[in-house]
Amino acid sequence: MREAKATIDDATVNQVSDLAGQNYKYGFVTDIDADRAPNGLNADIIRFISAKKEEPAWLLDWRLEAYERWQTMEEPEWAHVAYPKIDYQDLCYYSAPKSMEDGPKSLDDVDPELLRTYEKLGIPLVEQEVLAGVRKVAVDAVFDSVSVGTTFREELAKSGVIFCSFSEAVREHPELVRKYLGSVVPQSDNYFAALNSAVFSDGSFVYIPPGVHCPMELSTYFRINEANTGQFERTLVIADRGAYVSYLEGCTAPMRDENQLHAAVVELVALEDAEIKYSTVQNWYPGDAEGRGGIYNFVTKRGDCREDRSKISWTQVETGSAVTWKYPSCVLRGNDSVGEFYSIAISNNMQQVDSGTKMLHLGRNTSSRIISKGISAGRSSNAYRGKVSVHRKAQNARNFTQCDSLLIGDRSAAHTVPYIEVKNQSAQIEHEATTSKISDDQLFYCQQRGLNAEEAVALIVNGFCREVLQHLPMEFAVEAQKLVGISLEGSVG
Amino acid sequence: MSAMLDIQNLHARVGEADILKGLSLSVKPGEVHAIMGPNGSGKSTLSYVLSGRDHYEVTQGSVTLDGSDLLAMSPEERAWAGVFLAFQYPLEIPGVTNMTFLKTALNAVRKGRGESELDAASFLRLVREKAQGLGMRDDMLKRELNVGFSGGEKKRNEVLQMALLEPRLAILDETDSGLDVDALRIVGEGVNALRSPERSFVVITHYQRLLDYIKPDYVHVLAKGQIIETGSADLAHQLEKTGYADYVDRAHA
Repeated sequence: MREAKATIDDATVNQVSDLAGQNYKYGFVTDIDADRAPNGLNADIIRFISAKKEEPAWLLDWRLEAYERWQTMEEPEWAHVAYPKIDYQDLCYYSAPKSMEDGPKSLDDVDPELLRTYEKLGIPLVEQEVLAGVRKVAVDAVFDSVSVGTTFREELAKSGVIFCSFSEAVREHPELVRKYLGSVVPQSDNYFAALNSAVFSDGSFVYIPPGVHCPMELSTYFRINEANTGQFERTLVIADRGAYVSYLEGCTAPMRDENQLHAAVVELVALEDAEIKYSTVQNWYPGDAEGRGGIYNFVTKRGDCREDRSKISWTQVETGSAVTWKYPSCVLRGNDSVGEFYSIAISNNMQQVDSGTKMLHLGRNTSSRIISKGISAGRSSNAYRGKVSVHRKAQNARNFTQCDSLLIGDRSAAHTVPYIEVKNQSAQIEHEATTSKISDDQLFYCQQRGLNAEEAVALIVNGFCREVLQHLPMEFAVEAQKLVGISLEGSVG
Repeated sequence: MSAMLDIQNLHARVGEADILKGLSLSVKPGEVHAIMGPNGSGKSTLSYVLSGRDHYEVTQGSVTLDGSDLLAMSPEERAWAGVFLAFQYPLEIPGVTNMTFLKTALNAVRKGRGESELDAASFLRLVREKAQGLGMRDDMLKRELNVGFSGGEKKRNEVLQMALLEPRLAILDETDSGLDVDALRIVGEGVNALRSPERSFVVITHYQRLLDYIKPDYVHVLAKGQIIETGSADLAHQLEKTGYADYVDRAHA
């Protein structure tokens, strides 16, 4: 265990030094032949994707239906973000690394170049003790559009847990996919969800059978590799009655001059007495200091506490992307169900973030908790947008919201846009909000104790985020803390 | 023996205001120098100039520590070189535990001094030992840095940081302000325990009472940005009786 820790520390030290001077460590492009669709979007492209993945007819129909709906929809403009119009006909909607054509039988069959890419990312795909230092972690990696391998599968299978790529789930467990796909985020939910429903290429699928406490953290790493490839993953997590699962996704993307679109959909379903903990560490390429390049991250994430006493908890650390548009939400349908949202959103340079959550109280005695920490530096803009809605029949609903903003420098902006909609008199809703700045006094105090300005900012910001960091799985909390510091490099001095 | 800290004809300003106007002071290893003076005489400015705070601009003169040009260093480089400032008003950092702060600071200073970082276990042993020496309970290490600390707790925590960082030159900026007699004694004893032939102290204070606990080798009177009188510990007692008025008048002349 101690050795594993030491490895992480060394890797982190290297990471920090590599990143010094605004270099995005993950800015390398893997040179692999890709099997990619021609640019543009039409019904034929969707048929091409579906055929590539040897999908059943019902899924193709589902995609085509989504595509039809999408064509009638307008790109949303209400978020506090500005970006040039996206030409959806100039994007590529499918790209698979070529050596994957026949499908790898095991990790040994995976293109070593791919594995080296993961190594460079610091996310070894092969089973190894670094991530397993404290507890075992299973990793399912999405490389552009195809899931390349899933580790620990055998051990998971012993407990009946299904953890595989979405495509594989379609082949092996069609009844589950068909039952739950689109049941939380319908095809026409919003513009980007509809687009995703039409063209999604792969993603992860998790099913925890009744009464099973998933024996390890499940983890997925997304990575955008091909130029001009929109990445449209689809994630579906189902915790059956009395089940528990903790799931972590991490995201990185290579450095490119042009912007890349990422429009994912994540659906969580928690049945009676089930609990899902979903954590995200997102460090997509944010663009350079002048705002060139970077990822557009337009993601729909929603959890459905479908039955009584279920619980869904979102934790997110958002440090990357040029533009983020993301509101992980909970539908508290079951009685006594619980929804949580813990968020750290950091923006630096020219980044724009519009993120928050929705808590929809439908059942009786439902409760929700929102802790949001927004940090804006450079010339960035950071908006919290949240909605707490209590339905007419939702007796005894409770919500606590705490929304803190921290400003660094004098050219960044923070916005807070909370909506509260209560239709039942028994509801108790609390909202607290603060806005603060890192003071020169605090910085000087830290410097007098030997920290340089950037170490001082990282320390103060980590303190500011503490309540949220505590909710991350332990294995990732340390890395997340380092990421907080790295994201804010160059924000002072 | 040559001076550890050598201040020659120091002039400094904040904004448009000239505060230090030709201050000279020489401190040898192991010595304790008290600097006393009325409000506005430049006591705190001196501590900030020595520790490298922004907006305190040196317009003339020189400061060396062990022969190196202190004024050319960044605040953290001065910390590595051994300058420690015990703050008059220690800052709160919400969400950062005292323990985390102490460990981060100690390792930053060790790194700066070319030493290896301490691992978690060795650090824990060290900090517990030092904290016990100051009569501090473990729970104070787990609390957020200075958040909700009483005046006495804050000052004791400054002394704990001093004990961990092992400075060459410790500057105490009105450490006695806001302390009751008991707290004053504990802080005074903590500082005395750190006295050594290699370590020097500059104790800035308005009142004589702190000097009952920390016995100075020299007492200087600072007025109008200059040191206008230097004496032994007795000078502090005399000032307590007569006040600063005479000296301030003299500085005018």
